[in-house]
Formats: sequence, structure tokens, C-alpha cells
Amino acid sequence: MNTADLLPLAVAVPLLGAAVLAVTGRRLPRPGRDALATAWAAADVACLTLLWARTAPDGRAVSWLGGWSPRGGHSVGVVLVADRLGAGLALLAAVLVLAVVCYAWRYFDEPSGEHGGVFPALLLLFEAGMVGFALTGDLFDAFVFFELMGAVAYALTGYRIEDERPLQGALAFGLVNSAAAYLSLLGIGLLYARTGELGLAQIGAALDQHAAAGHGRDALVVVAFVLVLAGPLVKAATAPFHFWLPDAHAVAPSPVCMLLSGVMVELGVYGVARIHRVVFAGAGGLPDDAVRDTLLAAGVLTALVGAVMCWPQRHLKRMLAFSTVGHIGLFLIGAALLDPAGLAGSAVYVAGHAGAKAALFGLTGVLLDRYGSVDEHGLHGRARELRLTGLLFVIGALALAGLPPFGTGLGKAVAEEAAGHWGGWLPAVFVLVSALTGGAVLRAGLRVFGGLGARPAEDPEAAATTGEGEEPEIREPGRRPPVPMLLVPALLLAGCLAVGVLPGVGRALAAGAAAFTDRDGYLAQTLGGAPAPAGAAPEAWWTVPGVLLGLLSTLLAVGLATAAVRRAPGRDTSGLFRVTVLPLRRLHSGLLGDYIAWLTVGLAAMLAALTAQL
Amino acid sequence: MSVFPYLVAGWILLAGLYGLVTSRNLVQAVGCLAVAQSSTYVLLLAVGYRSGATAPVFSDLPTDAPVVDPVVQALVLTDIVVGATVTALLLSLVIQLRKRHGTVDPEELTGLRG
Amino acid sequence: MSRTARLRLFLAAAAVLAAALITAATELPGFGGHHHPYGERAVAAGLARQTANIISSVNFDQRAFDTLGEESILFGSVLGAAILLRLARDEGKRRAAAEPVLPTTRLFGATLLPVTLLVGGYLVAHGQLSPGGGFQGGVALATALHLAYVAADYRVLKRIRPLAALDVADALAAGTYAALGLIGLAQGAGYLANTLPLGTFNQMSSSGLVAVINAAVGVEVASGVVVLLAHFLDQAVEIVHNGENR
Repeated sequence: MNTADLLPLAVAVPLLGAAVLAVTGRRLPRPGRDALATAWAAADVACLTLLWARTAPDGRAVSWLGGWSPRGGHSVGVVLVADRLGAGLALLAAVLVLAVVCYAWRYFDEPSGEHGGVFPALLLLFEAGMVGFALTGDLFDAFVFFELMGAVAYALTGYRIEDERPLQGALAFGLVNSAAAYLSLLGIGLLYARTGELGLAQIGAALDQHAAAGHGRDALVVVAFVLVLAGPLVKAATAPFHFWLPDAHAVAPSPVCMLLSGVMVELGVYGVARIHRVVFAGAGGLPDDAVRDTLLAAGVLTALVGAVMCWPQRHLKRMLAFSTVGHIGLFLIGAALLDPAGLAGSAVYVAGHAGAKAALFGLTGVLLDRYGSVDEHGLHGRARELRLTGLLFVIGALALAGLPPFGTGLGKAVAEEAAGHWGGWLPAVFVLVSALTGGAVLRAGLRVFGGLGARPAEDPEAAATTGEGEEPEIREPGRRPPVPMLLVPALLLAGCLAVGVLPGVGRALAAGAAAFTDRDGYLAQTLGGAPAPAGAAPEAWWTVPGVLLGLLSTLLAVGLATAAVRRAPGRDTSGLFRVTVLPLRRLHSGLLGDYIAWLTVGLAAMLAALTAQL
Repeated sequence: MSVFPYLVAGWILLAGLYGLVTSRNLVQAVGCLAVAQSSTYVLLLAVGYRSGATAPVFSDLPTDAPVVDPVVQALVLTDIVVGATVTALLLSLVIQLRKRHGTVDPEELTGLRG
Repeated sequence: MSRTARLRLFLAAAAVLAAALITAATELPGFGGHHHPYGERAVAAGLARQTANIISSVNFDQRAFDTLGEESILFGSVLGAAILLRLARDEGKRRAAAEPVLPTTRLFGATLLPVTLLVGGYLVAHGQLSPGGGFQGGVALATALHLAYVAADYRVLKRIRPLAALDVADALAAGTYAALGLIGLAQGAGYLANTLPLGTFNQMSSSGLVAVINAAVGVEVASGVVVLLAHFLDQAVEIVHNGENR
């Protein structure tokens, strides 16, 4: 089979699987449905593995759908383009879907009868949306697949209809993300009016021609840039667009959280980087400095907000969700450097983070299964009996903190070094965010699984979401955790370790990052030309400062966690906490109107920041 | 007034966003999202318009007749279906929320904060 | 944040957004202009493929992959609504009551229903030729059935609505679309390539794969909309909280 044919096939396979599951699911018994879902998920992993292996490290596979290859640089069709980063992210999504399907074998209390097979069918549709978004080379097609992953994710998030909180989280998720998607579509309309094109490469080339014809930079490009990126930035939960994420991730079923945090949010960062690079990085786009400063500021803000909000959480899934916000900020910083080294760091970081974060959500699912609660305070010491679960949870927390040689540590080290070239203070952000998020999760692990310290006192002042009174997601509460629920997180953590230990992974992603940033190559190869060889791939391997900074953030995380556990329960909160954290927590009001207001504020801030720098 | 249709699109977007920010009823909020989305229809169709041209359907037209841009029309058709289905999903969430929480006022949904 | 503070914040930001949109609008090509490069290529490509309705050519041939994604959203929403609007643990179903209806209303519905079905079928069947197509016709078909609810009551609608079959038809049509793309792939022409015989321009049999995909979309939209509405109507008419009167 042709390599180019694998691209549409990777989208078509899960779509076909979803249809088959929806038709046969109501007649098959539960094991039959699970086996079918696993088989389809595995088939797509195989398809994408083949694509990854066959994509040249410094090149791309291009597939013009419907055979509408371009003539004279123009086509009427849709194109799919896979380079190592795009194919890699699609593969990551497929692997996580397979992991989630296996994790949910014995776990999830799926409705049967006429709704049998609907849950795995939705997972496969979600997969098709993510793979399509990662592989598309067309802006409108990206909007369609963005909405596919969105629509399915809203339904999956609101899955537990007996509880009001999942419904509320799903609604906030849906309204904010869909509003952002329509903003993107407005931006696509503006670009279409200017260039008469919809493909990323074609729009980029047409904007460059417009500039070459002597037209200066104008506001239209700035407005189109901000509007088009609104969708991916909201999906990536960039501050101040991040409010929906903790609401949705705290309430979605644990297997769904593994996908949302592990790969869907990261696809937002990927979308930002891809659209900027191909459409806006040329002569007709925006100057690199203005884009870099704007996105760096957004990344730093997101990282700090996520980390500061992660620390005081007691609802374990909300804590993990805010840690995702913090890490997304770090990924965005890496991507915002607009050089191959930063992007390579982010790519490695995303791969490692997906393993660690998905594992942590999976392990939290074990707690929910057994105790019907995900509250750090309420579960204090109750999970001492789950030794293996506790051990894996602590390992996950340390990986989150950037402990070498985990993949998260390697990604952090590479991105840190690249960021250090642009601002000496940026590595401090990486260390701080890793320490706070890893430390918070470690603290929860020590309390819940180790029973260390005294049970924390209630703080009436803090507007907090507790994790008590959750609906268990399972059939028989209190049973021993089923094997897949521990095996899958263990394998995911092993994957996180493998990213940091196997030199081939980092090298491949670094080469992919060099190809990703090679805009001329992308345009030439997509529109039919011979690409010049991409620039040299950056180094993506351990260095002494990288290891030391990783150890530093881990030590800080351990220190923070032990200090918090040992703290006397009745002591007053410090003044610093009152000044910084409490106001920020109050902004996370859970109110939909606030979220849309912040969305508008974010757009206005980006417009102002970019206009001021032109 | 060759920019007027584009300004209408912008106005519809802002009206929809204003509704989302101030709404006290979730059904209305979902409707406001649909209003905001309508701005994309107006913008795309306005972008594709060509004065003096007709619809791009050639069953009873000579094949060299001037027609408006068919691509934006196809995009709007796709956009409409996407919008309708997403609206349906969001409304089903509102129905369940009303049953569980007894209200459709977004200001009273404070179960997730901090 | 208080409601006033939120509104002020929004209005300030919206002012910036409005200014940006106005500036962008003045820099767009004027309304009604003649520069539509993609549109002109799409017309030429559609005519070359013997498709009179160029919009159908764009939707089901040139950019058929977009439409595949969009049909998947419809399919996913139908599945999602089925899950979200399922019977909760504390809910039960009651039998819908018969509603009093004026005989004239009933007659009106009984007359209009077959006419609307016919219109819907026509719109789907001529999607490659005249305005309309799988989406528009599918919605008309679904509307036809619901005339039974509007002009009579829920019991009548349930009698003429083969819900289980439509549920399967929706999934099958979605799968068929994805599978139709494999024909071109197997022939080496690319996924969703229009490799079927193109027929004669302006005839029912023209346009090759466009007509086939158009029909699949018609089935999916018609059955999907009926199933989607069925979930909503069940909520409104039949599903009650346990403990309420049955």
C-alpha cells in the first residue's frame, strides 16, 4: 500500500469502526463489544505506526483526497499532510484510545441494551476527529475535525447524567469551545476573502504573493490570525481561555479524562504551531518577534495560573486538570520560541506528559471505583491498602515533577535549554511549574495512600470544589481493582520512561521538529515541487544542566509535598496565599458568562499586543 | 457601501457574545451561540457574492453564465449542519441539567469553582 | 466577579474586537467583487465531472472529506444525544396520552405528510442536478414524519416511525460514506475519488460518486434527525421521574 493512502485510512478506520459498533453493539454481549472496540483501536494504531515508520524523518507524506492533485500550485481538493510531528501526535492519540479501551474493559458501567456499543463508538469517533485534525493540511477541514472532536467530547464529558456537575462541566466545555470554533471560522472567512484559498499551504503562498506585490502588512492579517487561532488556543486551554478545562476534566469519566488531558488539549498547541508556521510565518504573515512575544506571554501566564491553581486543589481530578493547564503553558512556551529546538522539547514533553497524566487519571479512577470519592481530605489514609496503586501514583507524581530519566524530564530539559536562549528567566518558570504541579500530586498521594500527616482542617474561606459524593463509575463498588485498571497505568508510565530512556524517540521527534519548522519545504512538497533539505535537527538528549534542573524541580516538589503534609492542621493561611491564590481562585467562578467574557478579553489582549508590535 | 455586509457579520457576532455573557437562561445561551455562529454564514456568503451573478446550479443555465462562488455555499451548508448538531447536543445537556438542578439559570450553577 | 464588573469587562474587550473587525472589513475586497479564484476552479471542475449542481460537486466530490467529517459529527451527535438523554436510574416511562385533535387538522396532516415525503425524496434524488441534496431533502423527509405529531399526537408518530430501523440506518449510512471512499483507494485514484461512470450532464444518472454519496447523506440526515428528535420528544412526552404519576 502507498504511504499516502495511509493518511485517509487512519481517519476512515475509526469511522468505520464506530459505525460497526453502533450497529452490532446492541446485539453483542459486553465482552464481544470490548473485543471489537479493541480490535478497531489496535488496527488504527497499526495504520499510524506504519505511517510514522514510512514518513521520512525530514519530509512529509502528502495525500490529495479524491485525487485532486494540484495543477500549477492550485487544487480544488482537500489535502492531508503528515510529517513526523503530525503523524506522531495522531499515533499518540491512537495509542491512548487503545489504552483507554483496554482500561475500560472491566471498569466502565456502560449501559447495555439499545445503548450497547455507543460508548466505544463515541471513543472511536473522537479518535477520528483527533487524527483528522492532526493530519489535515486544510484550514476548513481542520475546523470540521476540530468540531468533530469537540462534539463527541462534550457528550463523553456529560456521560454521568445522574449527577449535575458533569452536565455543567460539559455545557461550559461545549459553549466555550464551540464559540471559539466559530471565531476560527470567521477568521477562515477573512483569509478566504483575501486569498481565495482554504489549504494551509495555498493560503500561506497567496499571502506571501500579496506581500510580494507590494501590499504592506495590514490589520486584516492580524485580525485573521487572532480569530483563526482562537479555536486552537481555547482547545489548548491557554489563559484566559482555560476556565472550561478544569470544569470538564474534573467531572468527565476517568477514561475520558485520560484522553482529554493526555492528547486532546495538546492538539490545540499543535494547531497553533502548525497554522502559524504554514500560514502566517512567511513574508505575508506576521513578524516572528511579535508572534513570539505574544505567545510566550500567553504561555508563561498559562503555566503560572495552572501551577498556582493546581496547588490548593483537593479534588484530585481538578488538581490533575490544573496541572494539565500548567504543563500546556510550558508546551506553548516551547512552541512559541518558533525554533526547532523549542518545538522538539515540547514534542518530547507532550509524549512523556501523555503517559504520566493518563496514568494518574487512570489511578484516580481506581480510587473512585473503590471509595466513591476523589477528595484528598476525605480519603486521607483510606487507601493504605492499595500499595501498588499508591506506588504507581507516586511515580506518576515524580514524573510530572520532571524527574530524570522520565520523558517528561527530558522534554522539560530540552525545552528549558531552548527557552534559556531567549530569556534567562524562562527555565525558572519550567522548574517552578513542574515543582508545584508535581508537588501537589505528590502531596495528595502521600496523604491518600500513605496517611501521612494530620488530616487537613476545613478552610471555610476557600471557595473550593471538594471531591466528595461522586457517583461511582462502576458496577460493584469496593471490589479489588481489576487487572487492566492497574496494568494500563503501569504501561503508560513505562511509556513515559521509554520516551526519556530510548534515544531514538527524542532523535526522531527532533528531526520532525526541524521538518515542521521548514515552511518552504511544507509549501513545496504540498503544492508539488522538490523541497530543499530541511535544516539540521536540534539535539534532544540529556545534558548536565538538564539533569540538574530536573533533579532540582523534583527535590522542590518533594520538599513542598512533605512540608504541606507536616504542616499543623489548624494554622492560618499565610499572607502571600491570601494575596495571590485566593483572588485567583475566586475568578474561577464556574459561571458561564464569566468564561465568555474572559474569552473576549483574551482576544482583545492578543489583538492589542500584536497591533502594538507592528 | 461595499463593506456593509461584513460589518453586519461583525455586529451579529458581538450580539451573540453579548447574549452569552449576560444570559440568565441556558436555553437562551445556547440560542445566543447559534446567533454568534450565524455571523459566519453572513461573512462567508458575503465574501462569495459576485454582483449580477446567479446561483451556481447549471441545470437550466448556459455553462458560461456568471455564478456566485459555490465554495462558500458548500462551506455554509457544512457549517449549518455542524451548528445544528452541536446545538442539539448542548440542549440535551440543558434538559438533563434542568432535571438534576431544577434551574436553567447559569448564575446558579456554582457547583464547580475554585 | 459581579455581574456589573463582568459586563464592563466584556464591553471594553468587545469595543477592541469591534474596532478590529471594522478595520479588517475595510481591507477586505469589496462586496460583490469578481475575484473568486477557488470558486471558478470549482465550477470548472464540477462541470468536468458532469455535475450540474456545483455546490453538490464541492460537497460530495471536491471537498468530500469535509462532508465526511461533518456527517460524522451528525452521527456522533445522534449517539451522544442517545447517551445523554437515556433513561436515568431514577426515571421511568409512561404511555403518551391520546390528544384531542380537530378533524380538519388531522386531514391537513394526512394530506401534507405524503406530499412532504415526496418533496423530500425529490430533493435528495436530484441533489446533483438542482438546488437541494442529501441534507435539505433529508431534513424535509424527517419533517414529514413529524407532521404526524403536529397534526395528531405522539402515539400516531410512534406508529409510523420505525425507530429501531432508522437508528441502524443512520449508522449504516455513516459507515457507507466512509466505506465508499475506499473504492477510489482500491483503484489507486485516492480516497473518495470519483471513479464511477460520470453519465450524461443534467441527467439523473450523471456525476458518478456524487449521486451515491448524496443518497447516503440523505439517508443519514433523514434517519439521524428522526432519531435525534425522538430522544427529545421522549423526554418531553414519555419520560417521568419515578414517583410522579404514571
